[in-house]
Amino acid sequence: MNENSDVILMGEDIAAAGGPWKTSEGLLDKFGSERVMDTPIAEMGFMGMALGAACTGLRPVVEIMFVEFLGVAIDQLSTEAAKFRYLSGGELSVPLVVRATTGAGLGFGAQHSQTLESWFYQTPGLKLAVVSNPQSAYGLLRSAINDNNPVVVLEPRSLFANREELIRGEEGFVPLGKAKIINEGDDVTIVGLGSTVESIKKASQEIDASSELIDLLTLIPWDKEAIVESVRKTGRLVTVEENPFSGGWGSEIIAYVTSKCYKELKAPPFRITAPDTLIPFNEALEKKYLPSVEYIKESINKYIITNEAPPSWWEELEV
Amino acid sequence: MSNSPKDRRASIKNDQVEQLKRMIEIREFEEICFNLFAEGLIRGTTHLCNGQEAVAVGIASSLEVTDYVMCTYRGHGHALALGMTPEKVLSEIMGKSGGSMFGLGGSMHLSDLSVGLLPTSAIVGAGIPIATGVAKSAQYKKTGAVAVSIFGDGAANIGAFHEGLNIAKVLNLPAIFICENNLYGEYSPLASTTSVLDLATRAKSYDMRNYIVDGQEIEEVIEKVGEAVNFARNGEGPTFIEMKTYRYSGHSRSDLAAYRPDGELEAWMERDPIKLLNNALVSKKTLTAKDLDKITKETNEKLNSVKEKVEKSSEPTLDYLFKNIYSE
Repeated sequence: MNENSDVILMGEDIAAAGGPWKTSEGLLDKFGSERVMDTPIAEMGFMGMALGAACTGLRPVVEIMFVEFLGVAIDQLSTEAAKFRYLSGGELSVPLVVRATTGAGLGFGAQHSQTLESWFYQTPGLKLAVVSNPQSAYGLLRSAINDNNPVVVLEPRSLFANREELIRGEEGFVPLGKAKIINEGDDVTIVGLGSTVESIKKASQEIDASSELIDLLTLIPWDKEAIVESVRKTGRLVTVEENPFSGGWGSEIIAYVTSKCYKELKAPPFRITAPDTLIPFNEALEKKYLPSVEYIKESINKYIITNEAPPSWWEELEV
Repeated sequence: MSNSPKDRRASIKNDQVEQLKRMIEIREFEEICFNLFAEGLIRGTTHLCNGQEAVAVGIASSLEVTDYVMCTYRGHGHALALGMTPEKVLSEIMGKSGGSMFGLGGSMHLSDLSVGLLPTSAIVGAGIPIATGVAKSAQYKKTGAVAVSIFGDGAANIGAFHEGLNIAKVLNLPAIFICENNLYGEYSPLASTTSVLDLATRAKSYDMRNYIVDGQEIEEVIEKVGEAVNFARNGEGPTFIEMKTYRYSGHSRSDLAAYRPDGELEAWMERDPIKLLNNALVSKKTLTAKDLDKITKETNEKLNSVKEKVEKSSEPTLDYLFKNIYSE
């Protein structure tokens, strides 16, 4: 916002109150109410407003308090914003950023805890990135604001308390569309996104094999090259996802990689996810719902030993 | 005179004969579209606006090319009124490479940024908050531009309408919301779906300045849109205008409007916007009684030659399938 006066910020309680997650504290005083705007609780309305502003010269950043609230704005995002360049025959650009907080683990219950990345699949024209630590929060957001397309940046709330030394400026940018290899390894490729990146890092310390850890960072478009190259080396692939099993982002990745590298695989790629159920409030059940470090470690160890996909913990519980 | 969209736009400003000609162009254009669809020469669907020409030409005459218009899929008339050439509009409708989207959009997706026409949206009401944002941009950048959203009576019941109006009023934005109340939301008469018959009532609940206008009288349309434009440019916030009008055709290609009560169409045709303007011009002696037929014939011939040209024109090539999805 310092560098470009076209960047404006809008969302519920982000100005006077400094943001429900305190991610915009002080910005109203610094940039004024024309640039830092409290909106009505009307996501369809202010998402549409952001699109209108974006295609006529501004670079709005929209904050959505909980990703579920995008449900009422999805027409403006998927059917309008993502298609506006196409519908204008290439005349318009839509430099629009949508930040939304996601994820379970903090006791917000069934309607305030989902990740919902898969809502945005099948929407060419849109980009989607997921933050995994303070640096990627900074770097992906900076890249998204500089991008001339609508970009959704999802921010897992469970990471908001994490702290690390930040590299600022150009060097701290995290490019869209590029995965990051966190740790090189030879036996198994483990891909995480958002909150599960922290979990796979912890789990890998107790995995009895050499793990190649990848933070996917951008889901739309995802870094096919990086994942395929890694799996060609390791012959094994695991995706670790916070979302329910059916239709999760790992399905897409595994389908693609399996088609590309079938003969190089040593074991069937498999997915560690949450079960196909709603997110419970009860603390013990919510913990069980999420793929824990322990569960990730055990599943991958079984996978390495047997070269088969281990069963999920809930398989025998499902009716 | 060149045939550029900007010149076409300039020609209708403060010139009633040119306004009449543009209204006739829209009427004849829609007739050609209707026939092309009926003959199976155009695919998909189309939403004609015959009967509503005074609204389209009146709005276009009242705006500058630097103003922005967000309108709906019933957009052929607005596109032509704003200055888009019949050749470009028809090319898009026929899926030809000479269209505004190179033939990838069709009837519901027209745009021409050179005259301020943003992409027309096929989602009822969606353009309303978008226009609010365009007005935000104009206010913030102090461009003096006005954002106009044009939508039908059906849109007054969707959330986007209420959210867009509310935000525009709260921020005192240079926006004009124009509702073409043609009495039917798709196939349903207004009273069967809507709590009020005067949709301007809805603007009152947002404490927004509002007018009800006889949409068949172009002079009245121009007067009221002009007032709203002045308010917007002077920082006096948004205006809501309800245009009472009527579409002679059904909602879309497949709708023959069998639900209309007997005599309703005929009663509205008595107050045909082209007839009303022509009568006014004849009584002022600007035109003679014979001119209307002559203009209609000339316009029809011109449009038919456009049609022949477009029919023979090229189709988009395969590479267009992957163009204009992302910006660099």
